[in-house]
Amino acid sequence: MNSVFVYCEIEDGHVADVSQELLTKGRSLANELKCKLEAIAIGYQLEGIEKDIFPYGVDVLHVADDKRLSPYQTLPHTSIIVKLFQEEKPQIALMGASSVGRDLGPRVSSALHSGLTADCTSLVIGDHEDKKEGKVYHNLLYQIRPAFGGNIIATIINPDCRPQMATVREGVMKKEIVDPKYKGTIKKLDVAKYTSDTDFVVEVIERHMEKSKVNIKGAPIIVAGGYGVGSKENFRLLYELAEVLGGEVGASRAAVDAGYAEHERQIGQTGVTVRPKLYIACGISGQIQHRAGMEESAQIIAINTDPEAPINSIADYVITGDVSEILPKMIKYYKANTK
Amino acid sequence: MSGYKIIVLAKQVPDTRNVGKDAMKADGTINRAALPAIFNPEDLNALEQALRIKDQFPGTTVTILTMGPGRAAEIIREGMFRGADDGILLTDRAFAGSDTLATSYALAQTLKKIASFDLIIAGRQAIDGDTAQVGPQVAEKLGLPQVTYVEEIRSIENGKVTMKRRLERGVEVVRCPMPLVITVNGSAPDCRARNAKLLMRYKHAKTVSELQIANEDYMHLYNDRPYLNIKEWTVQDIDSNPEELGLAGSPTKVKKVDNVVLQAKEAKIITSSDEDINLLMRELIDSHTIG
Repeated sequence: MNSVFVYCEIEDGHVADVSQELLTKGRSLANELKCKLEAIAIGYQLEGIEKDIFPYGVDVLHVADDKRLSPYQTLPHTSIIVKLFQEEKPQIALMGASSVGRDLGPRVSSALHSGLTADCTSLVIGDHEDKKEGKVYHNLLYQIRPAFGGNIIATIINPDCRPQMATVREGVMKKEIVDPKYKGTIKKLDVAKYTSDTDFVVEVIERHMEKSKVNIKGAPIIVAGGYGVGSKENFRLLYELAEVLGGEVGASRAAVDAGYAEHERQIGQTGVTVRPKLYIACGISGQIQHRAGMEESAQIIAINTDPEAPINSIADYVITGDVSEILPKMIKYYKANTK
Repeated sequence: MSGYKIIVLAKQVPDTRNVGKDAMKADGTINRAALPAIFNPEDLNALEQALRIKDQFPGTTVTILTMGPGRAAEIIREGMFRGADDGILLTDRAFAGSDTLATSYALAQTLKKIASFDLIIAGRQAIDGDTAQVGPQVAEKLGLPQVTYVEEIRSIENGKVTMKRRLERGVEVVRCPMPLVITVNGSAPDCRARNAKLLMRYKHAKTVSELQIANEDYMHLYNDRPYLNIKEWTVQDIDSNPEELGLAGSPTKVKKVDNVVLQAKEAKIITSSDEDINLLMRELIDSHTIG
């Protein structure tokens, strides 16, 4: 049985969270398909990287280690993966829907003529019957994602082409160590055989990567704002409430697009997925893409002027009213009644 | 300096950002007619980058290439009103049902037909799919390098383009030899507005199909003013393998589509009165949700 492959993104010498989340998902898919889980790490000075990878239940780790492979560049990483996939013929290949995975995934799928589904929110194994062709396919990867402005949920399949490729945003899958002592094998790739000099035509002249300043993924309380907050100024109230409650500020895509909040605060299908113990949605209508990123919150308070807002249907508390009127009341009560 | 030949890849998309209640039909399918068709926003950012190069390097030409139904000629005109020189509408039933891979194949074959270009610039992604796949897939099919998430094209010198990329956690400045494929991020500058002179010049620009249903009195105009003819190419105008086009050439299939149905939870309804808000906060503090 052909393997499930996960491309491991390397950040500062470590495997990115999103890749470990996909390794966890990949392990469960591989168990269901009764096949191996394999990973691929491409970068420089990767000795010991397996410690970030094997505990997630990886059977084989392919390592391409070369000075020229870090930082990430499209062409050499594509060449290595394409050649490796041609040799190993994975049935499924998963990548993070990060600025790396979304640059690399389509390139690889184009070279291999394999289907790729972006920003999946769920991956499930299932069968498919093509009635027109009279064919039945077993154990396909259902790639499930909201589409068309979030009005529909589409289930996408790749019946005939391999690998079945999908990208998934950070935080959508949960990461879980299978066994800290899980034993896999390392296969070192001869980088010269997998790349050519023409793969190195792009020069990286400058690079400034920042550790994310906001940690909405780990925050126990999130005060999130949507377009309905109305302005960047009104967003200050959200920061104030988040600060007194010890939480973080999140935002819907509409609020980010309107310039009310930075992109790294975006919650939803094209942002981060969060599971806080309390989610306060302020002026967020609750399109499916947004809900996909927060509906597993333990408790949800929805504050909206529209009593019919879709967000209300998943909320535990619905407050119909104006954010700029309600938040100061919450702040005031909290300050007065706690130490 | 004779300038550069730039192709801008653009798409006409339904405006999914403003989906009203009538956007869905009773049977759960999308009522496309109820959604306005617009120039994909990030493709406008891409056009602006191309026009800035044209401003800086006289002799540069900007051609818009779009694949879609006949009405997609609207975005070619829209681009011409803002400074593009011309456009090609790739339209044929053979392309119907294309996923990103079949789309990129058709576009790549068209670009091979165009043959001479220095830069291909596209928006990072289209708002109807948000996949960000077509740009890189075209680059791969043409064997060209790609630079994605570009926010600014800083300079073109000695056949190399220097650009700033906006990534999730930072910025990167890269240099790449031409020709290459660039995809432009929404954080790049907005596209300039329509130019009144260009609007006058190009408002009657039409494709062959549009001409066939147009008023015949003005037909001579299209011979006298060749710039009014928007190129309309069909599958016959490009070299292609039918198995790689449209539905047949699309590895991904839509197995099913579910309308989004909300399962209503039992929510506590709270007014914005001081008493109600205070009670809510008390409850949250007592349950140790906050505090």
